[in-house]
Amino acid sequence: MSDAGNLTSEHRLAEKAQWLQHQANLIRFSAMTMTNHSGLGHTGGDLSSSDILATLYLGDVLRLDPANPAWPQRDRFIMSKGHCSGAFYSTLAFKGFFPRQMLSTFMDPLSKLNGHPDRNKLPGVEANTGPLGHGLPIGVGAALAARMRNESWRVFVLTGDGELQEGSNWEAAMTAQQYGLDNLVVIVDRNRIQQGDFTEKTIRMDPLAPKWAAFGFAVVEIDGHDHAALLERFSNLPLEPGKPSCIIANTIKGKGVSFAENKPAWHHGVPTREQLAIAAAELGIEVNR
Amino acid sequence: MSTTPPLQSPIANSAPARLFDCREAYAQALEAMAESDQRVCAVVNDSVSSAKLKNFAARFPARFVNVGIAEQNMIGVGAGLANGGMVPYVCGASCFLTARAMEQLKVDLGYSNSNVKLCGMSPGMAYGQLGPTHHSIEDLAWTRIIPNLSVVVPADPLETAAAMRYSLEHVGPMYLRISRMPVREVHAKDFQFTLGKAPVLREGDDVTLMANGVMVSRALDAAESLAGIGIHARVLNMSSMKPMDADAVLHAARTTRGIVTAEEALAAGGLGGAVAELLAVHHPAPMRILGVPGVFAPTGSAEFLLQHFGLTAEGIHNAALDLLRESK
Repeated sequence: MSDAGNLTSEHRLAEKAQWLQHQANLIRFSAMTMTNHSGLGHTGGDLSSSDILATLYLGDVLRLDPANPAWPQRDRFIMSKGHCSGAFYSTLAFKGFFPRQMLSTFMDPLSKLNGHPDRNKLPGVEANTGPLGHGLPIGVGAALAARMRNESWRVFVLTGDGELQEGSNWEAAMTAQQYGLDNLVVIVDRNRIQQGDFTEKTIRMDPLAPKWAAFGFAVVEIDGHDHAALLERFSNLPLEPGKPSCIIANTIKGKGVSFAENKPAWHHGVPTREQLAIAAAELGIEVNR
Repeated sequence: MSTTPPLQSPIANSAPARLFDCREAYAQALEAMAESDQRVCAVVNDSVSSAKLKNFAARFPARFVNVGIAEQNMIGVGAGLANGGMVPYVCGASCFLTARAMEQLKVDLGYSNSNVKLCGMSPGMAYGQLGPTHHSIEDLAWTRIIPNLSVVVPADPLETAAAMRYSLEHVGPMYLRISRMPVREVHAKDFQFTLGKAPVLREGDDVTLMANGVMVSRALDAAESLAGIGIHARVLNMSSMKPMDADAVLHAARTTRGIVTAEEALAAGGLGGAVAELLAVHHPAPMRILGVPGVFAPTGSAEFLLQHFGLTAEGIHNAALDLLRESK
């Protein structure tokens, strides 16, 4: 039997998770709308990472101030899979880093919303990413800076799983281990699909958790679409004192939209107006026309 | 062919000049900067001794990061440290620091405009007999085309220290080429480095010699020997390769009969290329571009290789004469 206090906190968690689920779906639909507008984008990864992004930003895991994006003590979130800018930009706008109306300029001429994020153009972006395998080394540096400055900020890096084929990630992992960076959290969006095909048919990534463990990380695997599980993990960091953390978020590429789910072609598929309408219905989004 | 008289060494009658490894000046400057500025930190790829960072590591262990043999990671770590408000000096043999991590230089430093300072140790052909894998003669072409990234090639220990101090005040990514080949002092003790300015080391109105790094003292020697046959050469220290002192280059093109550039690098894409790009558009002038002529160097010591490719006072002297004959 749980006491009343626990019941209340469980109830609150469930409510928050439900709200985050809806926010994540709003991010999904926003990203697809942006991709429909630009004719370019990365729908599959946008949809697989939306729940992670929603939880980190809108679930108030990250200590940030959208009104003061350069606040020196902020947590750093580095979007290493920079190609999923549709979901990332939507999340930043929803969090209040810039007006939501700007999302409609995605990839337009001279837009601040380049296909891949540019920290010199958009508040809230910590690193220019796009080429893979850049985020984790930068994250290691930012975590080392916190230590040198005796500051308590944390660094979160979201990588893809195909991205981990880039060797620079493992160079950075070795540094994180050597320096015992327990203020560093790697989140792997394990959707099992890269641009060309399934990861396991391309360059096998399994067993992935033991790889990270062998590189000195404390590792957990969770359902990357379970907001309650994500919230719980993110609020109990580091996973192990003295070690960098790795959270392998098992996800479905194209999650939430039936025609895109688990299909390699939707890595950079562009939805039509008709497909957008189907997506809206499936995601429970009411579209004003 | 040229019928140049044999070269007289300009310092034949004076005591041999004292020669310096610029890495010493760099290391001392870095330690002094770390002492007075808590933001200064060092990142290295295993080669602590080659990068002359043993003292730094002992004095400032909390601000010293050794990432191991991992240059791509090293540049990213530098960018992250800068994101966290530190001013990282990322130090390693220039051949690996640049080539191995070129995409990180482009994206993490240039495109991101990160406040990271790269110290490329033992550039050019300083590693001599170790061969082309360890030579860094491509780096000037590669680095100078990356937007936002400044490129500095100091000529002597005084300028090395001055450029290091300047780099701490300058906000933005910078690549400093720290020479290992012994060079003599060519600047006064109170020399101040300014990015985008080419110090005039010697006045002259016949021809202009533009050099950087180890080639600057050789250009001065060439000017001295040219003076011996009545030719007055101006010598510009082009240590600030990017941004380049366009005014000084254009002034030289307008007021002298031609320009000889000399660099310890490939003749394509470096200092000579930068000068030629400017002149071709604004004031075409006769030029000779001295450098390594598009080949990988044969086996030999650093000094042997400089001789082999004519990167000597005599080579500069002859190129100037050749140019003057043509531009009569």
